[in-house]
Amino acid sequence: MLSFFTCLWQRVTGEGQFLYSLCVVTADNKKESLFIGFVVRFASHPGEADEAFKSPSKAENIKQEQVKKVTDSKQLWMSGNEAIAMAAYEAGVKVASGYPGTPSTEIMENLSRYEGVYTEWAPNEKVGLEVAIGASFAGVRAFATMKHVGVNVAADPLFTASYTGVRGGLVILTADDPEMHSSQNEQDNRNYAYAAKLPMLEPSEPAEAKELLKQAFELSEKFDTPVLFRITTRVAHVKGVLSKGEMMQSEASCGIEKVPAKMVMLPGNARNRRKVVEERMALLREVAESDQFNVIENGDNKRGFITGGVSYLYVKEAFPEASVLKLGMSWPLPEQKIREFAAGVDELFIVEELDPFLEHHIKGMGIECHGKDLIPNQGELNTSIVRTSIDPDSAPELFAAAELPMRPPNMCAGCPHRGVFFNLSKMKDIFVSGDIGCYTLGFLPPLSAMDSCVCMGASVTIAHGMAKALGDEGKGKLVSVIGDSTFVHTGINGLINSVYNDSKTVLVILDNRITAMTGQQNNPTTGCNIKGEAANAINIEELCRAVGVKHVEVVNPHDIQACKKALKTALDLDEMAVVISRAPCVLLPEIKNAVHNPYLTATENCAGCMACVKLGCPAISWINITPEEAVAKGYKEKQKGFAVINEVQCNGCGQCAVLCKFEAINRKGE
Amino acid sequence: MADTGNILFSGVGGQGILLASEVTAHALLAAGYDAKKSEVHGMAQRGGSVTAQLRYGKKVYSPLIEPGRADILIAFEMMEAARYLLYLHSESKVIVNTQQIKPPSVAMGQIPYPAGVLDVITEKGVQVVTVDAFDIARDAGEVKAANVVMVGAMSAFLPMGAAVYEEIINTRIPERFREVNLKAFAAGRKITA
Ligand SMILES: Cc1ncc(C[n+]2csc(CCOP(=O)(O)OP(=O)(O)O)c2C)c(N)n1
Ligand code: SF4
Ligand code: SF4
Repeated sequence: MLSFFTCLWQRVTGEGQFLYSLCVVTADNKKESLFIGFVVRFASHPGEADEAFKSPSKAENIKQEQVKKVTDSKQLWMSGNEAIAMAAYEAGVKVASGYPGTPSTEIMENLSRYEGVYTEWAPNEKVGLEVAIGASFAGVRAFATMKHVGVNVAADPLFTASYTGVRGGLVILTADDPEMHSSQNEQDNRNYAYAAKLPMLEPSEPAEAKELLKQAFELSEKFDTPVLFRITTRVAHVKGVLSKGEMMQSEASCGIEKVPAKMVMLPGNARNRRKVVEERMALLREVAESDQFNVIENGDNKRGFITGGVSYLYVKEAFPEASVLKLGMSWPLPEQKIREFAAGVDELFIVEELDPFLEHHIKGMGIECHGKDLIPNQGELNTSIVRTSIDPDSAPELFAAAELPMRPPNMCAGCPHRGVFFNLSKMKDIFVSGDIGCYTLGFLPPLSAMDSCVCMGASVTIAHGMAKALGDEGKGKLVSVIGDSTFVHTGINGLINSVYNDSKTVLVILDNRITAMTGQQNNPTTGCNIKGEAANAINIEELCRAVGVKHVEVVNPHDIQACKKALKTALDLDEMAVVISRAPCVLLPEIKNAVHNPYLTATENCAGCMACVKLGCPAISWINITPEEAVAKGYKEKQKGFAVINEVQCNGCGQCAVLCKFEAINRKGE
Repeated sequence: MADTGNILFSGVGGQGILLASEVTAHALLAAGYDAKKSEVHGMAQRGGSVTAQLRYGKKVYSPLIEPGRADILIAFEMMEAARYLLYLHSESKVIVNTQQIKPPSVAMGQIPYPAGVLDVITEKGVQVVTVDAFDIARDAGEVKAANVVMVGAMSAFLPMGAAVYEEIINTRIPERFREVNLKAFAAGRKITA
């Protein structure tokens, strides 16, 4: 019996991100389609959670009176991302497209469970935004979600959509990640609002996120503009109390309407729209001056704070007495309001995470203020940083942190990626051009088999660039590795370039049948859509052949020897070659819930060679022993220790068994 | 801030921290508090150190606990208790599951698991309660309920009576798992109450 606890345990084990709507009620407004209970909807296989979610009858043991009890309760406990999904539903969004990325992923995952909203995973953020623009052009409310770096990918349509404006309300959500909890950089996407000449709204907490998102759609339609909506990790992944709201309707009408002056951005039309953009900004500045988004909270007038987003909460807590101008609209800024506020306080402080965005513009108005002279411009803020940056004497005495071994993340026991990285780690003189996904963990010891990682899709292209620079010196040495989702995201363009411009490198596509890193989302290669329903699947090997790759070999990464041979063969070729490493991620339900056939260590046979330990599988640990203990165990005196497999953790992948030359690792019962 | 209570949950990805923090949050909400909880998702969860921060009070602004301001540290692994010393003050209560999970450097035999790892906390005069949550959960009928044992042990340091937690378990847990949860909770609470 798969008990409730077992589910939890297994689902959390080694989990990436997940939908953290634990014992939460996510109800759609209309009826009783809701889900309660102690079932954690970790984003495993969407289909699995959907079952319980959509049909209460199927959700285990939910009694009708309990359902009612929770439905009656006005108070909901939701994360920012869950709140935003509910708000998009209440706002009447009809089409939503996004690409996963922490901390934005759960928005689309949750939204896909509401009825009457079309949702999809796009292969990348540019595609997702363009889909949303299309839906807006057809006259419905449309929503695109992405993480901060995703906006870089979507920047091309973003900047011109600013000129076209909208028909149905269009909101683009950017989830920024100050501190880089799960990102490769911590860019501040408020700069995009300025650069693309778009209004930006920014909530401080889940309840506000919900209200603000709904207003964003109204703003979009009223001012004929896409609206940027910025959240950060501490809004997305914070839970708070909020309530359901009213359903809204778009002012636009759904249908084909040809408005070339607005939709065909040839220079002549674009020049006209360029003027419209400026007129629109002027009108939006008036909105900024009003109290709709930007509110002055009068306190004592010694210190005044201008702040927004989550920083507002830190200011309120650090300086509860002070006057605050809270900006729910980060762009455009209310110059008049800022001047008045500044004039009313003795000292003005701008408290914002990351860039001095507000500060620069406020200083540009000729207003004196403190900002990044005191507040750090890197990483997240918190109450104590804000307080002590401004009042250094208030720093409390703290216990010094203890020095402890680090506990970095690791690929799961039985992760298919490990087989490839183990082989790469054994190859001398090669350069492994990496990419972003679970497999980036191949960089960490003991495998340490990744030499570069820049952004999604950059593996194959960087290897190509190196090959062209190195000439003969790079021959047989350049390998790039990319995940299935990342390959479809932007890797395919790079592969086309490599074929076209005659690269002689090897691309390893790590096809684990899912987008694992962000918590198991489907993608164009998995055969399922965002709801877990059957969908057309792109065949990776055929795609590679179609763009002109002649050598395409599929290999099972758990078969260490076969994998080694495939890599060697590809490296020896004097042409662009692709090796597809194919085995499912162990967190996929069909693997996770299957009965595992673990390997066990016959410790009496262990010769202490550490061959298996060097795989870095978390199920294997090494026990150090003294010479006396060695002798007592019947080992040679000089044997330093022995390896043990944790049967519960072992997934039965068999990678370590092949490496053991002493028959000390065998399948249980064999 | 004195009028806000701060609970820091720490452990290793996979230990049921989120579940424990959710039960606690619901109990606080049921008792009429405002609350905010902050979690970190993403890479760290693949076997790395994880935390959840729960704050409650009349009105909670910041979702993050300040260093030196955690009133309760509930750690699901010994080393993961010591790691958050910076967050403690002399009046903090620390509840620690006695389980040890080896980080990679220890699992590979490069360094030993630090001996007496909780000493850094007790040296400061901070109260530490150790809980053999695993064994207690096994006795209650399900080892995987160790996280609910921990919640039980912590509950004695919070303002709500056992009834509030029982209500949460009764109304939010599928029937067939209720009993073992109630038992695990009660066994945990007995340690500290
Ligand atoms: C432009 C951009 N969008 C999204 C992300 C977030 N992200 C990082 S890796 C990844 C997906 C990785 O999936 P896959 O390539 O299949 O590898 P796996 O994790 O399954 O090993 C995503 C969505 C990002 N870093 N950059
Ligand atoms: S890809 Fe590997 S590390 Fe990532 S979740 Fe799957 S098995 Fe674990
Ligand atoms: S078979 Fe070996 S490598 Fe694979 S999961 Fe088990 S212990 Fe780890």
